[in-house]
Amino acid sequence: MANPAPDDHDEELHEPTSFITKYVWSQDHKVIAVQYASTAIVVGLVGVLLSNLMRLQIGFPGQFAFITPERYYQFVTMHGMIMVIYLLTALFLGGFGNYLIPLMVGARDMVFPYMNMLSFWVYLLSVIVLMASFFAPGGPTGAGWTLYPPQAILPGTPGHDWGIILMLVSLLIFIVATTMGGLNYVTTVLQARCEGMTLLRMPLSVWGIFTATVLALLAFPALFVSGIMMLLDKTLGTSFFMPALVSMGQQTGYKGGSPLLFQHLFWFFGHPEVYIVALPAFGIVSDLISVHARKAIFGYRMMVWAIVIIGALSFVVWAHHMFVSGMNPWFGFFFATSTLIIAVPTAIKVYNWVLTLWRGDIHLSVPMLFTLAFILTFLAGGLTGLFLGNVSVDIPLSGTYFVVAHFHMVMGVAPLLVVFGAIYHWFPKISGHMLDDRLGQLHFWVTFLGTYLIYFPMHYLGVLGMPRRYYNFDGYKFIPQSAHQLNTFITVVALVVGAAQLIFVFNLVWSVFRGRKAEANPWRAASLEWFTPQTPPVHGNWGPHMPVVHRWAYAYSVPGAPEDFIPQNAPPGAGGIEPEGESHVSSTAARGAAT
Amino acid sequence: MSASALLATTPLHPRQQPGAAASVALWVFMGVATALFSLFAVAYVMRLSANDATAIALPWQLWLSTAWLVAGSVLLQQAAWRAHRGLTSRAAMLAGGACALAFVANQAWAWQALLGARVSFIGNPAGSFFYVLTALHALHVAGGLVAWAWVQRSSDLAAWRVTLCARYWHFLLLVWVALFIVLSVIDPELAARICGSR
Repeated sequence: MANPAPDDHDEELHEPTSFITKYVWSQDHKVIAVQYASTAIVVGLVGVLLSNLMRLQIGFPGQFAFITPERYYQFVTMHGMIMVIYLLTALFLGGFGNYLIPLMVGARDMVFPYMNMLSFWVYLLSVIVLMASFFAPGGPTGAGWTLYPPQAILPGTPGHDWGIILMLVSLLIFIVATTMGGLNYVTTVLQARCEGMTLLRMPLSVWGIFTATVLALLAFPALFVSGIMMLLDKTLGTSFFMPALVSMGQQTGYKGGSPLLFQHLFWFFGHPEVYIVALPAFGIVSDLISVHARKAIFGYRMMVWAIVIIGALSFVVWAHHMFVSGMNPWFGFFFATSTLIIAVPTAIKVYNWVLTLWRGDIHLSVPMLFTLAFILTFLAGGLTGLFLGNVSVDIPLSGTYFVVAHFHMVMGVAPLLVVFGAIYHWFPKISGHMLDDRLGQLHFWVTFLGTYLIYFPMHYLGVLGMPRRYYNFDGYKFIPQSAHQLNTFITVVALVVGAAQLIFVFNLVWSVFRGRKAEANPWRAASLEWFTPQTPPVHGNWGPHMPVVHRWAYAYSVPGAPEDFIPQNAPPGAGGIEPEGESHVSSTAARGAAT
Repeated sequence: MSASALLATTPLHPRQQPGAAASVALWVFMGVATALFSLFAVAYVMRLSANDATAIALPWQLWLSTAWLVAGSVLLQQAAWRAHRGLTSRAAMLAGGACALAFVANQAWAWQALLGARVSFIGNPAGSFFYVLTALHALHVAGGLVAWAWVQRSSDLAAWRVTLCARYWHFLLLVWVALFIVLSVIDPELAARICGSR
């Protein structure tokens, strides 16, 4: 093979030589992953705090004078946007994507380390711009996380001046960061896999992150387009989205714009966004179940295809978020149908997780607890999705707390449970220390049970007709006193669950310094990332010899094997080849025998 | 052995040959940019179907712009062919980049002409979209010029780098031609018929 030109090598030589290049301007995917994850967790804690503040108003209306209606809407908006974009998307793609992809596919790093570094710093800039809106005149935008025009940029909506501008600018910067990161993740998966690591030997975590990245690369442009156009409507006075209207008694200069156009663009991004956070979660959960149940994932290839099909279908369901906007009934029929179709590959995944557990050697470790909790929570959230996917059921429910309960279960709490499970699982590899198990159990049970105490009653409130988005519920006679009491109860639990996240943060910080030293492969996992020469892995990941892969990542409890797992890079004679590979080997042997 | 030495001595897999990763990344980026411009085009059609939109006469300078991009594309392709045959490609590279610069300048001239015809940024969505789409396309050209300047800096002008530049120039040309067609052919009347609103 031809050696590359010297200047081509220069691009790959990015070994850190000082503290600054090792930990600050680092081009090492593992450091960048930790930078991404730390920033996302910090901004996520702000999101949790905002949710607790809004719950204080709902649970104890009027008792906290500083929570004015304006601030309430600002808390709601910033909570939603922070959790969906700046926490979950950044953490799954920038955090787990960065850490896991090169290690799981056997690469030394991402293929474009410098661009990877830029991706993080641009992401940080987007977070700083977003946070700056808290200190801008008028505060952050209170337009709701969907930022629907015309209200988002009109007087009357909190933060209609600087808040909305900073939000849009921050989103545009975030999209640039995601695109830079995404180009890296996709190219690394396609180009930098080690010998023997075929696409259909990659762990499902990589498949989930890879497909989610493709979704992000194709869906975020829709948010970019709508962000640019709304910014121009706000700053220059164009009328892309703004219709002719009177605001505060004054005729505005806008005319003819289409708020519905914004909704289409927003949800063309917004629905794939659900899967941008769900697909990595699906992949990670599959790996966690397999490791902690000591059993090969059931139907690996089916799982891969389900991820890909869900990703593709996620682009043709967006208008189910817009059933109440008034649309042609055939249009609604189409989107209700596509929404129900997407339940098929999703249900296949749930069945396969359960079938993997079936007669497995289940270890109820903390990562496994979070994984099992994910399956239950995702199932509960998914089932209410079937309700809301039907136009006739959606219309009466869409303005109520039923929807709040649904999307928090399915795309808020469920992916977050996976985030926790994944951190408990991979923390030993990342830091070289184990997280404390007792604190982990405490964090799990409070979070898991608390989640159900918060969101199960919300379904009931929704069916009761309790409207979402309201600052207070004074004078609504159809809402019984018991509903208010339920809201108080939910708020108390939300405060407890919010505080419990500090246990997790404490555990992280404490364990980095004082945690029990981790073995190289504490969970006895088979996938490649556990077989780096050092733990934590050093720069370049693999030492002098690149790994060679001979099997899939799910060789658990193989009959006749000396241990209950066979590493992906164990010699071919160790067995545990994937089922398709085995049939290929045996058919080749049969052909050989016949000749 | 230090990690950097390892990186330098480890044999490369075919997928990791020089330029292979950059080539894949460029295809992916072109996919992202295609999504961006396609969504803008769809938004253009939907917005133009409203009854406040009026058709605008596009300035003749756009034809000259198209010619610049065609010339740039041809020259860079020639540069790529020359580089692959081991011939010097610097002159064709420089000329191709200069054509892209001329394109951006020509687009500014077209803007001036349109502003002179009292088509402002606000008021008529056809005008608003024209300015936004041409500006966004020019930004992509500018990004290409940054990459082109970076390739110029490299000492050997490796064939794969020139080839990637040429590919991106072809892409910029294709996007521009598509935009030009959309802006010229889809007037408010046609947009309304497509959306079924008239």
